[in-house]
This record gives sequence, structure tokens and C-alpha cells, in this order.
Amino acid sequence: MVIFSVYVVNKAGGLIYQYDNYVPRAEAEKTFSYPLDLVLKHHDEKVVVSFGQRDGIKVGHAVLSINGIDVMGKSTADGKDILEYLKDPSNYPVSIRFGRARLSSNEKLMLASMFHSLFAIGSQLSPEPGSSGIEMLETDVFKLHCFQTLTGIKFIVLADPRQASIDALLRKIYEIYADFALKNPFYSLEMPIRCELFDQNLKSALEIAEKAGNFGAGS
Amino acid sequence: MSRQSNRTTDSKKMNSELFTLTYGALVTQLCKDYENDEEVNKQLDKMGYNIGVRLIEDFLARSSVGRCQDFRETADVIAKVAFKTYLGVTPSVTNWSPAGDEFSLILESNPLVDFVELPDNHNALIYSNLLCGVLRGALEMVQMAVDVKFVQDTLRGDNVTEIRMKFIKRIEENLPAGDE
Repeated sequence: MVIFSVYVVNKAGGLIYQYDNYVPRAEAEKTFSYPLDLVLKHHDEKVVVSFGQRDGIKVGHAVLSINGIDVMGKSTADGKDILEYLKDPSNYPVSIRFGRARLSSNEKLMLASMFHSLFAIGSQLSPEPGSSGIEMLETDVFKLHCFQTLTGIKFIVLADPRQASIDALLRKIYEIYADFALKNPFYSLEMPIRCELFDQNLKSALEIAEKAGNFGAGS
Repeated sequence: MSRQSNRTTDSKKMNSELFTLTYGALVTQLCKDYENDEEVNKQLDKMGYNIGVRLIEDFLARSSVGRCQDFRETADVIAKVAFKTYLGVTPSVTNWSPAGDEFSLILESNPLVDFVELPDNHNALIYSNLLCGVLRGALEMVQMAVDVKFVQDTLRGDNVTEIRMKFIKRIEENLPAGDE
């Protein structure tokens, strides 16, 4: 029973706060010897597995670190291109960690703006007048809940589909925003939220919601 | 008057006299800095506006009031819920204009002006002008443009304090989705 992430989107559709709570479960670290039996390719500024699924390393997983040092996009931490590095037999044996690539902050910004537009489309598609925008988006792995305030700010929570009482959590996050972000005189409206107290209180609210969700569903 | 905050973690009561003193210190310092009553009124309005745009979210988060359908509903919510929550007083809503776009809030008591007397050299000063800014800022965040001004003030010799609110228009830019 987990809350995966929280996003806060301002009136114009810009992401002003983002918090990730999940631990990616699918990560595998293996030691390889030359030649590498996985086929890797460049995709979107990352190096991903395109063929050769084995031992928990799936197609689509990205290279996260080499020999324990995190990679930066297409190059290793010292700036060498990863594919070149792995073609060189003198660099073996090498230990590579694969996992599902996390979204970068730019990607999150784009997704938030896209959601903002989809939210508006949701209300326009409605056969009845006066419909709200998208309130929930469901997939088999998570449910996205969205709450828009009367002033146009959206609070978005991604949670486990079985997690209960997300509505109450959204209202609580609204209260925390009204308290720790807005009452901070140094916080400017519509700007990214960089308030310690907001972070702390949000985390405790998420913990409380997760525990309460456990009691609710019983498993 | 003590305000009990609705936080579940702790309930804080604050002395209203400290609040009155703080506001008084603010106004007198502004008078010293600007030396011109009109300028002070404008600054109070601006400060009130900044408070209003933030206070509205706190109000909406705590009170679960939905969107008001017309100006009359807005007037009721302001008088009965907002003023009660934040200042502990409930003004009465009167003097509706025939078109229903203007009304007056009559305050029997104003917590900002406990113990205050305006001296003669500050005739044009609207002491509680902060409240006008707060109302204007808060309503602007829920897409309503209003004009707010004091028409009667106990500090200037009237019997009651009267705030006149006039609806100008709905702000159509940046409407949240689903409200058209």
C-alpha cells in the first residue's frame, strides 16, 4: 500500500512541486565479461537494453551505474561514452546495474503540462455541462488522483490502486500547502515550492495516509 | 477575541490585543515612512491584496465551501463564514443595489481598531484599508473582480463601519478547467 508520488501544478500548467516516494523494485546488478551478451542502444539520452533479456534485466531497462558509479545519460561519470566503453575488452570484467529509468525533472515538467491540458479536455468532452476535469486515471499498476482547487491549483497523487481515502489525503495536502507554502512570506505564488516545512509535513501526511490505508483495506 | 486555529496538531490561541498592537504599529510606521495619507491607504491596500491571495487558499482548504453561484451567495459566505473565521465578527449584509451587484457589509465592531483614535492631521487615512485589499485579493483568486471601499468608519465619527463591495466582472483569463 504505497503512495508513489505527489505533484503540484500551478494555474498555468507548470509543475511547482514534485515528490517521489517509491523505491524501484526492479533493479539488477551483474558482473559481465567480454563480450557483452546484451544488445544496448541509445534511447532518449539514455542507454537501454534493446535485446537479450535475462536474469531480471528486462528490455527497456536503462544502464544506471557502471562499477558502482552512477552514469550520466549516455556517458559514464568521467565523460566516456558508455557504448564505446563497453566495446573495449580491456575494461572487462565490468559490473553494470540495470533498472527502470526514472523520469528526469524535465520529463516530469512536460508530463505535468500535458496532464494540465488533458485535464481541461476532460471537462470539454463531457456530454453534460459543468463537468469537472479528470479526477482519476487508472492503470493496472497505479491510480492517479487529481484535485483542482477553486483557484486553479492541481494536486495530483499517484498511488497503489488499492489505497483508500486518497480524497482525504488530497484535501490534507491542500491544507499543508495553504499553511506551509502560502503562509511563508518568502514564497512567491505560482513559483516552485522550496519550503522545508512543506516537505516535512507532506512526508508525514503521506506516512499517515499509508498506515491508514493499510487498516482500511486489511491486507 | 481569541482565534482557535483548526490544526489537528495543536490549537493556538493568540491574544487579540497583540494583533491590534501589531496592526497599529504597522499603520503608524507606514505613516512615518510615507507622510501622505493617500499613499498609506494605497500601501495598506497592496499589503491586504498580498494577504488576500494567500488567505483564500487557507479559507478554501479549511471551510470546504464550494464555488458560489452568484454575488449574493458570495456576500453571505464572506460575512458569515470568512469574517467569522478570521476576525471573529459577523457583519450584516445590507443595501443591495437594484442590479444585485453591490452590497454593504456593516461591522458593529472592528477588531483592528480597538483602542484607536485618529488624530486630526490624518483625516484622509483609512485605517482598516488592509481589509479592502484582503477582500479584493481573495476574490480575484476565485475569478471575481471587485471594488471594495470603506464608506463609513467609526474612527472618523460614523456610527458603524460600512464596507461597500461592488462586483465588476468575472475574470475570464486563466479560468480553471471545468468552470466555463
